[in-house]
This record gives sequence, structure tokens and C-alpha cells, in this order.
Amino acid sequence: MTQIFDTLVIGAGPAGMAAAIAAAESGQRVGVVDDNPAPGGQVWRHGTPLPNAGRRWKGQFEAAPAVRLAGWRVIDCLRLAPDGGVLRAECNTPSVPAADLHFRHLILATGARERFLPFPGWTLPNVMGVGGLDAMVRGGLPIAGKRVVVAGTGPLLLAVAAHLIKRGAQVVAICEQASLAQMAPLGLALLRQPGKLRQGAAYRWATRKTPFLTHCWPLAALAEPGADDHRDPGTQPRLRTVTLHRNERQWNVACDYLACGFHLVPNTELATLLGCQMQDGFVVTDQQMRTSTPGVWCAGEPTGIGGVDASLLEGRIAGLSAAGKSEAALSLSQRRPAIQAFTQALEHACRLNPRLRDLAAEETTVCRCEDVHMGALRERSSARDARLHTRCGMGPCQGRICGAATEFLFGWLPDPARPPIFPALVSSLMEEAAAGSPAQPEIDSR
Amino acid sequence: MTDPYDVIVVGAGIVGAACARACAAQGLTTLVVDAAGVGGGATAAGMGHIVVMDDSPAQLALTRRSQQLWGALAAELPSKVEFEPRGTLWVAADEEEMQEVRRKQVVYSAAGVRTEVLDAHSLAAAEPQLRPGLAGALLVPSDAVLYPPAAAAYLIHQAMDLGARMLPSQRVVAAGRGQVRMEDGSSLSASRIVNACGAGAISLLPELPIRKRRGHLLITDRYPGFVHHQLVELGYLKSAHSVAGASVAFNVQPRQTGQVLIGSSREFGEEDAAINHTLLAAMLRRAQSYLPRIGALKTIRVWTGFRAATPDKLPLIGPWPDDPSLLLATGHEGLGITTSLATGELVAAEIAGVKPEIPAQPYLPARFLDGSRAASQQGLFEEAAHD
Ligand SMILES: Cc1cc2nc3c(=O)[nH]c(=O)nc-3n(C[C@H](O)[C@H](O)[C@H](O)COP(=O)(O)OP(=O)(O)OC[C@H]3O[C@@H](n4cnc5c(N)ncnc54)[C@H](O)[C@@H]3O)c2cc1C
Ligand SMILES: Cc1cc2nc3c(=O)[nH]c(=O)nc-3n(C[C@H](O)[C@H](O)[C@H](O)COP(=O)(O)OP(=O)(O)OC[C@H]3O[C@@H](n4cnc5c(N)ncnc54)[C@H](O)[C@@H]3O)c2cc1C
Repeated sequence: MTQIFDTLVIGAGPAGMAAAIAAAESGQRVGVVDDNPAPGGQVWRHGTPLPNAGRRWKGQFEAAPAVRLAGWRVIDCLRLAPDGGVLRAECNTPSVPAADLHFRHLILATGARERFLPFPGWTLPNVMGVGGLDAMVRGGLPIAGKRVVVAGTGPLLLAVAAHLIKRGAQVVAICEQASLAQMAPLGLALLRQPGKLRQGAAYRWATRKTPFLTHCWPLAALAEPGADDHRDPGTQPRLRTVTLHRNERQWNVACDYLACGFHLVPNTELATLLGCQMQDGFVVTDQQMRTSTPGVWCAGEPTGIGGVDASLLEGRIAGLSAAGKSEAALSLSQRRPAIQAFTQALEHACRLNPRLRDLAAEETTVCRCEDVHMGALRERSSARDARLHTRCGMGPCQGRICGAATEFLFGWLPDPARPPIFPALVSSLMEEAAAGSPAQPEIDSR
Repeated sequence: MTDPYDVIVVGAGIVGAACARACAAQGLTTLVVDAAGVGGGATAAGMGHIVVMDDSPAQLALTRRSQQLWGALAAELPSKVEFEPRGTLWVAADEEEMQEVRRKQVVYSAAGVRTEVLDAHSLAAAEPQLRPGLAGALLVPSDAVLYPPAAAAYLIHQAMDLGARMLPSQRVVAAGRGQVRMEDGSSLSASRIVNACGAGAISLLPELPIRKRRGHLLITDRYPGFVHHQLVELGYLKSAHSVAGASVAFNVQPRQTGQVLIGSSREFGEEDAAINHTLLAAMLRRAQSYLPRIGALKTIRVWTGFRAATPDKLPLIGPWPDDPSLLLATGHEGLGITTSLATGELVAAEIAGVKPEIPAQPYLPARFLDGSRAASQQGLFEEAAHD
């Protein structure tokens, strides 16, 4: 299959939806690719209960005249020139052949993923990401009456704890690695964002019976109370206890789930594959959200972790700019500084305490796909060196999980992206790019 | 300045590693310098097929000797090297290729390499994933598969146990006349210098008759038992499947991890590591024409690597006639993982002044400098491109 678009948007989260709406409004032939069946991205994908803003944006997005490729994933770039290019996408349904998506303008709104750090026991069943547990509960995992420790860093901790409590979970502790002092600038920035402040206050009210411990982190997740993981072969080890650390004190907490995530890292594989200039791990853009690669825009989390409002604004700016409405885009971008101040304060608040580097023991797994332990990595000199000599990052997650960890642990910069940017069927790479001018896609306008 | 070394090996790919190990074993004080770390060049890109090849008698002698050396080393290789005596199946599609199977068997047998001819039936039994209707195959049981970067690391490790030193993260900008000069301005001296920079050797010696020949590989997720042997089409020898001056061939390898490594492609004139999608697609379709279900496997990664190709498909091993202190160990094209061990043996024998196990003459760099030095090397390549 081949499809041609004026503007192609990758990601149907807040940034991608806003970009698609703006470009479609301007009369562009728009395509939107997202690997999930439902739009909305990390915050709004899971139906209920959707906040008003989410409902409004999703409604607008569904009404916009755009071709939606839901359940499709961009795996490679076949051609790229200043006047357009071709991306290859694969469908989640293996019997559907890969598609070539031709575009004149490309907007990357690929979002972010959670960062995991290794500590003893982090690979036990029932230890999962904060967003991960949240998504499972929304997907039907029974949580009522279960004891949950929520740990890591970032605003997600409070939001997810509030939601779990609403679903009847017994959240035993919320452990934020940052100190109170480190979080102060975020507090100040929130004062200038009444909406966020109100939301934060509501989350804290919902979690008021749970201690919110700053400067606190898990030292270990244990399968038996106080003991390490020794049991009869055959029985699945199960999480029983989490050892927490705060102000030189450590203690054990019994629990059924540990939700642990250390803020977010941007999905920049596609941006790096397209040669977009990066700085400190984020995609560099100008005021109109144009990247250094001509014809390619970027919006949302890959430019900085700023939350929904920043993503919506950046998405709209990118959509307008791609549609040639530079003036409208520039005038909207005047609202960015306030939001960027929040992004920076958030980044500061989530900066990881260097002591978290000491959590992993020599035998703690760092790369789950290939079962590479901390001890094997210490003598390596770079991500590539580690990959070649220990297989760290060589598995199906392509280093998405361990890469963020080893960057923090050892300061290793991630390797340049290699196609396919997601594991893809061999057959999806077997077709040559169609050169001719394929049929115009049908526009799905309701 | 420190005491001069007997030998400085520039390049810690598998070839440099093998040279260092062999030199250290001769009791020579040895230093290895690499711009990066161990085994990060072509050695990190290659398939790791230890294979006997018979394009020419000299190639047969070098690959045969190397294969024996790998066989002798096998027992002591650590598990990380993933050495597995998988054997090669040279797959014949039709009766014409079966004749080639029989010709090859005679040649291999004369060189002391045991082989077995499989008919259509036994080939299908040995590799059920192959498409029906193939004519048969030549099985070379002594061929093997390994993981090249770990093999290079092991050879360096052994060299160091024998007293060699390793200097990583030092790019060499000049090597010759007993001096090795680094990018940071420092320099070291040695009686003999071995240029083992792979395709990078020309940056230190631009007049070398070496060209980069890019290759693509694809690795899948884990599918244990999908294939059992290294599978290579006999068409490989004819280089028949040409796409715009480049060629692809069916060449598939089972890894110890259960992953499947799919090759291969060859193209001249490409300097950057980017993927050529047209060629990759052609390579995969070629693989699918032999393994119809290969399309359903999941790809983890695709990459390219550079072979250092010479006009006569033989490596450059031995003294560089213009500089008595300088030796070459490069130009191994698509066989350097295999031939690294025999290369090391030849280099160490030359430096130590002992008689090598196989005649060194066919690989001597001097062969390209006979007669008029300017004898168009381009012309030599063009001839080679036709076979
Ligand atoms: C688990 C989690 C929970 C969160 N909860 C909250 C919250 O409660 N409140 C809040 O303010 N913020 C929350 N955030 C942050 C919030 O999601 C982001 O600010 C917002 O979603 C960013 O929007 P986005 O459009 O940039 O990215 P995303 O929402 O992440 O959307 C990007 C989309 O692009 C898709 N995609 C990526 N690459 C490709 C590709 N190659 N091909 C096809 N599709 C692709 C992704 O699957 C995803 O659907 C959360 C983030 C995470 C990770
Ligand atoms: C796709 C592909 C598949 C292959 N498959 C096989 C196979 O199945 N079997 C087989 O036998 N062979 C195979 N090969 C060939 C094999 O990979 C090479 O022949 C072999 O790796 C060459 O090793 P080397 O040590 O000479 O070069 P390299 O591994 O390239 O090592 C050269 C080293 O020199 C260093 N260096 C370069 N310049 C400098 C400098 N100026 N200063 C300091 N250091 C420097 C580099 O950093 C590098 O570490 C394949 C090759 C490719 C590309």
C-alpha cells in the first residue's frame, strides 16, 4: 500500500492530535500514524474516566478530515529530501503488508516512555512502571484491596497514586527521590499554572492518607519478607516486601505491587534516524517547531518533557507551520516561554540523585532482554562497547529500557538509531519503495 | 620516550588481535593500538562464518590453515565466543550447481577437507525450512560459526597474558620508519609495525590497492532451530544476482542465541554506513526464495560493514617493500574472521624470521608493486568486478 500526504503526523497523543487538527483545518491532506488502536497518547488513550479537555480534543480529532492509521508503526525512512520523503510503516496485524507513506511535511509527535533504573529485585513480577501499572489497571487488572508502593520521580507518581486509590488500592507510600528543596522551583512554576496547581492539589487531596516521602527511594524489592530470592525451583518468586531508604534510614514495607518509574525519556529514535539535531537528549527546534532537518517538525515530549499543555501547544504550532501558516504559528509560539519555564522546573525537580547509581548490585540485571548484569558493564567504555561485548541492548527492546539506565549509570550516550526503529517483520523490509505516483488516499471525513 | 617495542600492531580488529597474539607467543614485546576498542570495526559487522573457500589455491591454503587453527583453539574458547561447529551447506538449486558441488568436493578432498554430498532428500531432511525442489548440497562439517568481537577480545586477552600491551582510544595518524605517531602528538617506536587497520589501512598508506566493499546484514529475534547449518547458495560463487553494480546472495546463519543472521550484499563505491534499502530488499527477497517462511521472522536490527577488498581477492600479508619496518595485515575482504589466525601466524613468522606453516608468497604486498608501480590498480579492480 502507498499513501500520499501533504502533512504526515507520527503519534496521535496530545501533540500529534493538535498538529493534525491544525494542519487539516488549513486544508492539508493529513495522515496520522499511531501504533495504538486508540488515539490520545499516554494520557488520554485509555477511555475512562477522561477529563473534559481530553474528551474535547479527542472529539475534535475524530471529526477532523484526516487519514488515521491506527495500529500502525513507523519502522524506517526510505527517502528524505527537503521537499518530502517516504516512511515505511507496519501494521499490528501481521497479515497486512507494510505501507509506504509519502509526505511533503513530517511532524514527529512520538512522545515519551518511562525510565527504569535497576535495583535488586526490579525484575520481579509485580514490580512495574508507574504508567505501566496504571495502564494495566485501566485495562482491567483488579487492584482493589491490594497494597501498592509508588516510587521513583515525577508528577506521574501522585497522579497514578490518586487513580489507584480511586480504584480501591491501598497505596502504602509514595516515594519521590527528589528532595523538597529540589522541588521548590516546580512549586513556584505551578503558581503560574493555576490549572496544573488545581490538578496537583486534587491529586494530593485524593492521596492524603498516604505518606508522600521526598528524598526517598527503593533499595530493593524482595520476594520473601526480609530474605533474598531463594526458593524451590518451579515456584514463581513473588513480590512481598520493598526496602525503602530515606535520610540514612531504611525499612521494609509489605506490598503486593511496586510501581516504580523515574520520570520520562523522549522517544527520539525516528528523529535521530532522520538526522535531526539533538541537545541533551531532546530534539532541537525553532519557534515554529521546525527541526534542523528541512521538512521535519517535532512537537511534544521529544522536545522536552512538559506535559499535556505543552504538547498541545507545540502540536498546534507545528501543524500550522507545516501548513504554511507561519504567522499564526509564530504568534502562538509567544505562549511557549511560560510553558517552557514549567518544563525546566520539572526537569530540575526530576533530576536523579547520583546515589541512585549505587542501587544496582553486581548481579542485578540491567538489560532484561539479554540478561546482562551490572558487574559485566562496569569495565565497558561506551554503549556500543557494552553492546558488542556483553549484548546489553541487543534484544527486542532495542535498548529502549536499558539505554536510559546506562546513560544515567555510566554517562553512555545512546547509539545512533538503526532501522528498523521497532522490531519489524523481515517481509516488511523486503519491498522496494514504490517510485511512481500512487493513488490519492481516501480522506476519512465525517 | 619509552623503550622501543619489537612490534606495534595498529588496529585491534580480529586480524590485529591474531597478529598480536602470535607475535607475543614468539616472545616479541608487543603493543596493540586502536582508535577505539577491541573488535569494533569490520569485526563487529561480520558474520563470523569460519569457512574454507576455494576461489584460488592460495585462498584455499589460507582458509584451510585458519580453519584448522580455529578447530584447535575451539576447546579453550570461552562461551562468550559462541563457537559452534555448525558446518556449511553449499546449497545447489539445480543440476548445474550439483556439478559444482561435485567439483568442490574433489578440490576440498585434495586439500584434506572432509565433505559430504547431500541429495535433494537429505538436504530437505537436514534443513526443513528450505524450499522444496532444490537439487542438493555440499556439507562441509568442519566449518563453524562464532561471535567475532568476543573472539577478538579473547585473542587480545591471550596476547596480554603473553605480555603484550593494549592501548585503546588512540588514533594513529602516521606509521612507518619504526615510528607510530598518535593523533594526540605522542609517538612510539618499534622495530616492526603491523598495519592491521582493515579498510582503514589506506588512511595510513593511501597507495594500497584496497577498496571498501560495503555489506548489509540483518539479525532477527530468537527462533531456535529455524535453520541448523550456515546456508550459502552456490550462486554466491557466480555472484549472479546483480542489482545496479552491486550483488546479493543467499547466506543465512544460525546463531547460538537462536537468532538468524541474514546476508549478504556486496557493493563498491559506498563510503557511508547508511542502509541501501533497494539492496537490502533484494537481499531479503533472495533469502526468501530459499527460505519461504523467513518473512515471518522479526527483525531486531540491520547494519552495514566494510570489507577491505583487494583486486585479486587475496589479503595483503607481509612486508611493505618501501619501508623495511612496516608490515601489512589487511585486505581480507569477506574472510578476515576466518583467516585472521593464519594471518597472525604468517606475520609472526616473518618478524621472528622462522619458516611459516604455509607459503607466504601469494599474500605478499610486493605482488602489486612488481613492474610499473602505476600499473592501473583501477584496472585490476575492474577485472575483478567481472567474476
Ligand atoms: C505512562 C505515562 C502516563 C502519563 N500520565 C500523565 C498525566 O496523568 N498527566 C500529564 O499531564 N501527563 C502525563 N503524562 C505525560 C503526557 O503523556 C505527555 O505530556 C503527553 O502525552 C505528551 O504528548 P505527546 O503527544 O508528546 O506524546 P504521547 O502521548 O506519548 O503520544 C505519542 C504517540 O506516538 C506513538 N508513536 C511513537 N513512535 C511511533 C512510531 N514510530 N510510529 C507510530 N506511532 C508512534 C506512541 O505510541 C504514542 O501513542 C504521562 C506520560 C506517560 C509516559
Ligand atoms: C557484512 C560482512 C560480513 C562478513 N562476514 C564474514 C564471515 O562470515 N566470515 C569471515 O571470515 N569474514 C567475514 N567478513 C569479513 C570480516 O569481517 C573482515 O575481514 C574482518 O573483520 C577484518 O578484520 P580486521 O581486523 O582486518 O579489520 P577491522 O575489524 O575493521 O579492524 C580494524 C581496526 O583498526 C582500527 N583502526 C583503523 N584505523 C586506525 C588508526 N588510524 N589508528 C588506530 N586504529 C585504527 C579500527 O578501530 C579497528 O578496530 C564480513 C564482513 C562484512 C562487512
